[in-house]
Amino acid sequence: MSILSLFVLVPVLMIGCLFLCKDIKQIRAVMVTGASVLLILAAVLVVLFIGERAVSDATMLFVSSIVWYEPLNIAYSVGVDGISVAMLALSSIIVFTGVFSSWNMNMAKEYFLWYCLLATGVFGFFISIDLFTMFMFYEVALIPMYLLIGLWGTGKKEYSAMKLTLMLMGGSAFLLVGILGIYYTSGHTTMNLLEIADHLHIPVEHQRWIFPTTFLGFGVLGALFPFHTWSPDGHASAPTAVSMLHAGVLMKLGGYGCFRVAMYLMPEAAGELGWIFLILTGISVVYGAFGAVVQTDLKYINAYSSVSHCGLVLFAVLMMNQISMTGAVMQMLSHGLMTALFFALIGLIYGRTHTRDIREMGGLMKIMPFASACYVIAGLASLGLPGLSGFVAEMTIFVGSFQHVDLFRRVLTIVACCSIVITAVYILRTVGKILYGPVQDEHHLGLSDAAWYEKVSALGLIVAIVAMGLYPLGVSELISDSIAPIVAKLM
Amino acid sequence: MEYSLLIIITPLLLFLLLGLSGMKMKPGMAGIIGTAGMGFSTLISYIVAYNYFFGIGQTDGAWATIIPFNVEWLHFTDNLHIDLGILLDPISVMMLLVITTVSLMVHIYSLGYMHGEKGFQRYYAFLSLFSFSMLGLVVATNIFQMYIFWELVGVSSYLLIGFYYTKPSAVSASKKAFIVTRFADLGFLVGILLLSFYTGTFDFAQLTSDGAGLVVASTAGISFMGLSAASWAMALIFMGGAGKSAMFPLHIWLPDAMEGPTPVSALIHAATMVVAGVYLVARLFPVYVFATPDVLTLIAYIGTFTALFAAVIAITQTDIKRVLAFSTISQIAYMMVSLGVSEYGGHDGLGYMASMFHLFTHAFFKALLFLGAGSVIHAVHSNEMDAMGSLRKYMPVTHITFLIACLAIAGIPPFSGFFSKDEILAACLHHDKLIFFTLLAVAGITAFYMFRLYFNIFWGAEKSYDGHHQPHESPLRMTVPLMILAVFSIFTGFIPFPEFITVDHIPFAAHIEWATVAIPSILVAAAGILIAMVFYMKGSELPSRISRALGGLYTATLRKFYMDEIWMFMTKNVVFNRICTPIAWFDRHVVDGAMNGLAWITQKMSVSIKGLQSGQVQLYVWIYVVGSLVIAALVLFL
Repeated sequence: MSILSLFVLVPVLMIGCLFLCKDIKQIRAVMVTGASVLLILAAVLVVLFIGERAVSDATMLFVSSIVWYEPLNIAYSVGVDGISVAMLALSSIIVFTGVFSSWNMNMAKEYFLWYCLLATGVFGFFISIDLFTMFMFYEVALIPMYLLIGLWGTGKKEYSAMKLTLMLMGGSAFLLVGILGIYYTSGHTTMNLLEIADHLHIPVEHQRWIFPTTFLGFGVLGALFPFHTWSPDGHASAPTAVSMLHAGVLMKLGGYGCFRVAMYLMPEAAGELGWIFLILTGISVVYGAFGAVVQTDLKYINAYSSVSHCGLVLFAVLMMNQISMTGAVMQMLSHGLMTALFFALIGLIYGRTHTRDIREMGGLMKIMPFASACYVIAGLASLGLPGLSGFVAEMTIFVGSFQHVDLFRRVLTIVACCSIVITAVYILRTVGKILYGPVQDEHHLGLSDAAWYEKVSALGLIVAIVAMGLYPLGVSELISDSIAPIVAKLM
Repeated sequence: MEYSLLIIITPLLLFLLLGLSGMKMKPGMAGIIGTAGMGFSTLISYIVAYNYFFGIGQTDGAWATIIPFNVEWLHFTDNLHIDLGILLDPISVMMLLVITTVSLMVHIYSLGYMHGEKGFQRYYAFLSLFSFSMLGLVVATNIFQMYIFWELVGVSSYLLIGFYYTKPSAVSASKKAFIVTRFADLGFLVGILLLSFYTGTFDFAQLTSDGAGLVVASTAGISFMGLSAASWAMALIFMGGAGKSAMFPLHIWLPDAMEGPTPVSALIHAATMVVAGVYLVARLFPVYVFATPDVLTLIAYIGTFTALFAAVIAITQTDIKRVLAFSTISQIAYMMVSLGVSEYGGHDGLGYMASMFHLFTHAFFKALLFLGAGSVIHAVHSNEMDAMGSLRKYMPVTHITFLIACLAIAGIPPFSGFFSKDEILAACLHHDKLIFFTLLAVAGITAFYMFRLYFNIFWGAEKSYDGHHQPHESPLRMTVPLMILAVFSIFTGFIPFPEFITVDHIPFAAHIEWATVAIPSILVAAAGILIAMVFYMKGSELPSRISRALGGLYTATLRKFYMDEIWMFMTKNVVFNRICTPIAWFDRHVVDGAMNGLAWITQKMSVSIKGLQSGQVQLYVWIYVVGSLVIAALVLFL
């Protein structure tokens, strides 16, 4: 069995163990152990992958395949390239830190059951190279979200949970149609991604409808304008760790799917029709940022900022060159880490002040210096301070996109660049309002700073953000080689 | 010269040490570690400078460009990659000296000035972060490295302006400084993208060599709004420089930045960071002069206007730090103008040399002015001129050093400002008479407002210094840096700058043009000082009578020509109320409304057809019969 299947097996085992747990201590023990194992697995995988790639020039490594439905030729096929390895590493970091951010949950057992199921879906999605298996894991990741938000959420949680689920399900309906389209038109009924990409060719007239449906299907999850409105409500109602996982990992499924499936398999149509989505993503980038400026709820600010940052991911993907697509993956990593950090801290603050309205807070730096300093770091990462992850990702995207010979794309790049100013506005506005200045509410004076488990969560993410920001060459090399075959198809 | 890396690494390590150990360290300890580290960095940079100018020396009559260290940091393509490295040439070595010296003085001074402040360790950590970023900026080997450190100095400045974070004015000032410069940096970034698109490189060496310069020029065919792509690129890059260097209309953040601790103002907002824009233009000067001379003309005129504009505002300000802030804007504008009027090679490059010369001398006397002002503020606990008077009796060292700095900035020989300003005026005289006469007038205004400041603080009527504690001279930790900087302010003018720093690295001879430049400028300055003396030395009714006579003009100057209000209107009413709020509304009500509408329609439809499946057998039979009849009819008649 390949190492990859362990990524699915471990969360499943965790679910099994959770059933046996008697009290919260045992649950925590199971979760921390399991999440640590996943983190170590991811680290091991990165090392193994780099070693293996030096000697092999296959597109996907660690490939293995078991047929599980003969008549339709559906197989459990797994394999990874640099992009999926990066995504697996990101997911394991977020799952790990998420456990510490949900240290004191009501109905912890049920909560963590769904949490592990969600993790199973996410990991399974990133290792699959069979379209059907991929789709199945995708659905596995979506369903727990409904319950996690609906049961453990805050505010108008039923509405948000329903809205989020329905919109994402709507997206996956498109996706299923797209996958069936690929299955029947590629000439040889197979679900294997590599086989389709390497040996088969979908006729261009079919690509013209399959590309938009699959891109849209994944795009909904990637917060593509105008199908992003599930995100603000969903994030605002979700419990802390769910927001972390959702913005940190689940939204990345969308971006990942967009180029792994939509663009990789339908390159001609991507070239012809990409501009439509390019305009939509360009709008996302600026629109999301402007939208964030006037929000007063911390989670809404972050949700709109995610629309802007995730828009940049799809924007870069659609620029279709080596540099910008590398930047897109880096942006996924960077956004995943810093949004998770943001949500972890917002959860921390909300847990103490019981408000997320920035007008009702002030001077928190004095009261909780550790949490506030982390918030400032998250903010600086988000506005693209060099030395933190956001900068390298954004710059790779901008430089890459601007190398395009097409004037229209260069102009759009300049429009997207404007987001760096608007981002600075909403980040500094928030930081200035809630952390600096005089204390707004004297009840806040007695609040405690981050507890040890919250510190673990925040520091884990900060270390990852700084590491990526200081040594981007390692990350970009891991990704860049795997981008090449995709770009080659698009040319 | 690999050891030059130590200059930059030391402050970084200090930042990490002080930042991470944080509050666990004793404040005094943090101060001493920070200062000692900076002292080490300063020492190394003097050794580097000595070895550069006197050890390696010239090859073929020109100063060499050395890259002792360069690593790839981020790889895009074989041509486009971001490197981090160290580039030593005359201007970067000079900047190393300026930054480390002023930074060290500020570190020592802060031991006294910031004594007992909450967050003393944090203060030193941020100072180290700033020093690191600024040093990294000046030794950049490529334009992207410069951009990286450019952003980092912006953030250090943000953190230090907002050091007193419980004070709302400091918080909003820091925010304003960051956002205004960020806006300018957008121009810088787009400029870099344009430039790299047409030249295919970020590397300074390749950009400034004639080859790449020609490539830029050859794309002049593509134009937008009457300017070539190359001009756009260079103008946008200048926009970044104008933001940091507070050129009109992007100057509005600098006066507010005075909310930060005074030593910070001396280091960042007087001597080092604010001249980064000048340094940027100087670094890319060959590109400007060969490929886009039109942009250079623009720089000259923006600089001239800014110099006059800021000097006029400085006359009426009453907060002593704000007077100095506007004076800084005006003096940096001098440097910009000087670059703008410069040409390339030998004596034609006089403006370039003069600009760097003024940058060098200005750094010391302006830092001295700020630190002196800090010493005064420390003594009387106020920034306002009204609270000061006759302080010369209580603070002799501050008084004398402040006077030296005032004479230097006013351009009185033999103080340093005279020599550098003189070269700038000479460069302007040979280029454009209008600019020359404007700058000459500004020199007079400068002398006037500086001595207005001086006489108001140290002469004039004695104020009641709230009874029990009289103002007294600051401790040695504060006065020693003042004395050292005073020595610099007196003697740096005698350095034969054209021997060391020229645009093509080849030394040339420059001499003072007494008759056409020096004598007029001294006379103008002397007139300014004289008027200030009459007005403010003894205290006189004249100034208030004049201000009353000027009426609206006076108020407009006092309110800084309403630039803050204009910007406020733009951001608050246009961006916030006219763009962001409608977008947020649109998103909630139209985009999301459509989604909710879809859900609503689905629900309505399901409600309206759910009657069909009611479970009533009679209804089913009835529909069955009617349906059969209809179908039968259709089959029969069609």
